Amino acid sequence: MSGVETALLAATKEAGSVARRRRWLRRYGLAALGAVAITVWACAAILAPWITPYPPDVVNVAGRLLPPSAEHWLGTDVLGRDVFTRVIYGARTSLAVGFVVVLLGGLFGTLLGAVAAYIRGWAEEALMRATDLVFCFPPIILAMAIAAALGIGTRNTVIAMLVVWWPKFARLARSLVIGQRSAEYVAAAQAIGFGPSHILFRQIIPNAVGPLVVLVTLDLGNAILVFAGLSFLGLGVVPPTPEWGSMVSEGRELVNQWWVATFPGIAILTVVIGFNFVGDGIRDWLDPHARRR
Amino acid sequence: MLRYVFSRLLVAALMVLLATLAIFLIANMVPGDPVLTQLGDIAANNPDMVADFRHKWGLDLPLWDRYWIFLSGVFHGDLGISIGSQRPVLDDIAQYAPATVELSTIAFLLALIVGLPLGVLAAMKRDTWVDHVARSISLVGVAAPTFWLAFIMLAVFYGALQWAPGPGQISASTFPPPTVTGIMLIDAPLAGDWDTFWDAAAHLVLPSIVLAASTLGLITRTTRAAMLEALSQDYIRVARAKGLARRAVMLGHALPNALLPVVTLGGLAYAQLLTGTVLTESIFSWPGLGRYTFQSAVRLDFPAIMGITLVVAAIYVLVNLLVDLSYAALDPRVSRR
Repeated sequence: MSGVETALLAATKEAGSVARRRRWLRRYGLAALGAVAITVWACAAILAPWITPYPPDVVNVAGRLLPPSAEHWLGTDVLGRDVFTRVIYGARTSLAVGFVVVLLGGLFGTLLGAVAAYIRGWAEEALMRATDLVFCFPPIILAMAIAAALGIGTRNTVIAMLVVWWPKFARLARSLVIGQRSAEYVAAAQAIGFGPSHILFRQIIPNAVGPLVVLVTLDLGNAILVFAGLSFLGLGVVPPTPEWGSMVSEGRELVNQWWVATFPGIAILTVVIGFNFVGDGIRDWLDPHARRR
Repeated sequence: MLRYVFSRLLVAALMVLLATLAIFLIANMVPGDPVLTQLGDIAANNPDMVADFRHKWGLDLPLWDRYWIFLSGVFHGDLGISIGSQRPVLDDIAQYAPATVELSTIAFLLALIVGLPLGVLAAMKRDTWVDHVARSISLVGVAAPTFWLAFIMLAVFYGALQWAPGPGQISASTFPPPTVTGIMLIDAPLAGDWDTFWDAAAHLVLPSIVLAASTLGLITRTTRAAMLEALSQDYIRVARAKGLARRAVMLGHALPNALLPVVTLGGLAYAQLLTGTVLTESIFSWPGLGRYTFQSAVRLDFPAIMGITLVVAAIYVLVNLLVDLSYAALDPRVSRR
């Protein structure tokens, strides 16, 4: 092989890898960006006590409503608390609530939907009617009524959200199991003599888990939005817990001290967009048909 | 087709009935006690007053009796008396509903008029700057918290620029027109009062943009995806191959087929707008159902909560029914089954 040929080969390989990298970037660039945003927020939430310059709920009336400056990067609120510190601490509540609601709701809904679809008959029918019933109520109104009735507090709000959260997972799991249950590998597993629970949990669900993962990811942002909304209405956290929705609520009248309400809102926006990007990325990765789109 | 409509109607009625039972049970099984939230501390410690209160509102009857009373009331068009306002719940709802219908209808039209063309354009000019702008708008619309968007809008367009009026349905200096429909945009012209009409219209601008944002995002996204899906079909290639203009293929062949998922989404989105105004209304001091719902929930006003939930569930079921029926009308394969 002559030197020229080797150089040409190397050049085409190089060009190929550049093109491949560019294609990867176009396909998964946003997902990577989203993953970075989520990771940064998660780290900030975990490391909050060490990376924040002030304690989150120490009142300092002399230094109230200070605009953003070198000492207070994002200014201070009505009680003189550092907004930057509280936004970082707020990530703890929002992320924790998001994960708990979506994972617990997702797990419960998935189990119910999968089992009902596998058993078929009356169980499936009863499940579908139950999900229909929950779908009759707009989630925020039902969650609001339940949260108000149980009493204000993070745990009760999470319970209220769980009541309205599981049906969409139950529906998705059901449709996924229906799509799989007549597949040949299921018949094969039955022929070998595996029991129904082994077939459902070890064979069918692992084959159907992709769309569920996508829904979980996209839904995390949604759960954070709903919780922030309930908190904004005063039905979420108990003050003085730093939480993004209630921080916006505290600053809602302060049009001239815009920093009080603006920054927690931007925090919500970045997290929700992050989860959206990651969810879309996972969907593209799982679905070769969508990849081309 | 008629049989299909009839069976769907029957199911819908059954769902509403089940919904009343569900909300009744939830409202009664949760540990919150309306006595404590309605009576003051002193009265709540006085057993006679508590007993009087319970008796007056029927809280001392067995659960099933109370459900039966509620249900038979519903069939007579009586949703009970609101503990909070001391008026029939139906009157309250009738008073607050028009403002909500007005706001959410305007918001829905806005989302549709902007979102649909934006989605079609994004799909036609895929991967160009038009597409990127459309996708960014829809992303922010879906991801921005309503209450935060409302704050930003008020701070910028009311506080700083003073382009838009502040919260409320009309200015404090304006007299509301005599109530006919309860919808300002209709009542004011009926009374020949165009100043009030423009005042009410100006007050609608910010809240309807805020309320429309997430729906607009969803409609844009769904339209774009559905258009792309339709464009990848064989009949599009045939249409192109036989020499039809690009525009004609897009609007004549792809769009009608892309509309089905948009109709489904649009219907549900309208129902969600009608019932999802809680946050927007509470920020913009909008005298609608959302604010009423919130106040009732906080006060544990069970008759009001149940009345609203019933109305809301009925709206949902009805809209779902309409969506299914329009599906049948748009896609002949559905009703033939």
